[in-house]
Amino acid sequence: MTTVLSVRELSVRFRMPGGRHVAAVGDVSFELAAGECLVLVGESGCGKSVLASALLGLLPGNAETSGEARLGDGLELLSADERTLARTVRGRRIGLVPQSPAAHLTPVRTVRAQLAETVRELTGARGAALAEAVEAAAARAAFPAGHLDRYPHQLSGGLAQRAATALALVGDAPLLLADEPTTGLDRELVDRTADELRRHADAGHALLMITHDLAAAERIADRVAVMYAGRVVEIADAAVFFGAAGPRHPYARGLLDALPERAFAPVPGMPPELGALPAGCAFAARCATPKEACEAVPALVDGVACHHPHRPLAEEASRA
Amino acid sequence: MLELRGITAGYDPRDPVVRDVSLTIGDGEAVGLLGPSGCGKSTLARVAALLHRPDAGSVVIDGEPARGWRHRAPREQRTAFGVVFQQPRQSADPRLRLRDLIAEPLRATGRRAEADTRVGELAPVVGLSAELLARRPHEVSDGQLQRACVARALVARPRWLICDEMTAMLDASTTAALVGVVEAYRRESGAGLLAVGHDAVLLERWCDRTVRWEPLTRPFTVSRGLRPRTPGPQTPDGLNTVPVIRVTQ
Repeated sequence: MTTVLSVRELSVRFRMPGGRHVAAVGDVSFELAAGECLVLVGESGCGKSVLASALLGLLPGNAETSGEARLGDGLELLSADERTLARTVRGRRIGLVPQSPAAHLTPVRTVRAQLAETVRELTGARGAALAEAVEAAAARAAFPAGHLDRYPHQLSGGLAQRAATALALVGDAPLLLADEPTTGLDRELVDRTADELRRHADAGHALLMITHDLAAAERIADRVAVMYAGRVVEIADAAVFFGAAGPRHPYARGLLDALPERAFAPVPGMPPELGALPAGCAFAARCATPKEACEAVPALVDGVACHHPHRPLAEEASRA
Repeated sequence: MLELRGITAGYDPRDPVVRDVSLTIGDGEAVGLLGPSGCGKSTLARVAALLHRPDAGSVVIDGEPARGWRHRAPREQRTAFGVVFQQPRQSADPRLRLRDLIAEPLRATGRRAEADTRVGELAPVVGLSAELLARRPHEVSDGQLQRACVARALVARPRWLICDEMTAMLDASTTAALVGVVEAYRRESGAGLLAVGHDAVLLERWCDRTVRWEPLTRPFTVSRGLRPRTPGPQTPDGLNTVPVIRVTQ
């Protein structure tokens, strides 16, 4: 498999008034291959969307980044200048499927007009070829051709999502970045949207989906990365994560246990403020079994960043 | 008992989104109302909370018919309800610190004296520290703001709670925590609950019984100069984009 995105020790922090810093993303590393779907889960405010903005070069001016995020063709995104990002990355090498598509679309223009503009800009098609390419682009995202002349407010949530996906797919970008694409949709539409994104991954795109919806993650993920307080605390195969063995980090286990089809019990407490992270493991204050070792920040070793990860029973027995 | 009798409501009298719906919630009962987005269940929740005047039908609260809606509702009826909405950002005054946001229902109804005690009791229950209580909405996360909105709904000790997609924006852990807060209040106060949502797994776990939206309505579709539609607000593939008029038979 060809690597489409390789993120190495990516950190983002924001300079705040009074010399304070907010560490939104810390030392995140992962790789993403073509045809693969990596889902990044975590609660609101854990830094997921900041990571997405960093990849697209859309961070505000007070952000400081370190580490690297390299595309398959070698372009390093964090150090790329705005001209490169605007002309060769956004829409061309990375397609963004946005949160709340209704707000992403221009309200005063029809879907056809918006698709046509994007197709013209990205492919240079004109005239009859353009009209044809617009219909083809709509069809790729399963957007019905009969609805192309509608304005965004005339579309249901599901159709607006497809219109936004169609726009993201026009440039045939190898990497698709979906930032909370299912928030606020009902279960049926979540499933459909997730399945459609999965279909694009199967067609050869690399898909990075950011969500807090574990059901959507389970539906389409090949691998799951759990983010907590700006750090990836676990990265695992989806089948293992959602399967009998389950995740190994106590936070990831707690998140799954909070589901109504499981124990429906919350992880006690709340995540720490990103501006005032504890010196050691950020989860220690909420952890049922904190140990002395937790006073140091755990490194991500073998897919989990915890000093005392959960071990499946068989493995426990073989150690004894 | 909270009774919704033959409610027809919407935003255009010629094309109501809720048509002749009746629903009864017993004292202390938790009822989950399940339906797809855009079906009209939120409008019904607003009618039940006296926030939207129905075109026809009546709301009967503990035997007393509702005598007004929104600010015209009599205070003892209005304060019988605590409401939590889907989007905390859109239901929070951005100028208020969380402490004042939570106390607002008491201030607005002349119970200012209770405010400090009540906020002091509720903050640890919903998991808000003194430091968070001093912040404004833009300084907290969605989950933290929704925690404040749940505290606001409980602050005046309502007899009825209306939760409209309370957890749709939240992660699994915050969802479980806030449902726990609502249930603890109901155990202690005996309040009844109408929880509206589209997540069957959640509502079935949370509520005493769940009601599906479709059987509540009696749809009969006619087209408005367009091709005829199948009954119900959504076509089988969920593309509910063509205006549909439903009339009762």
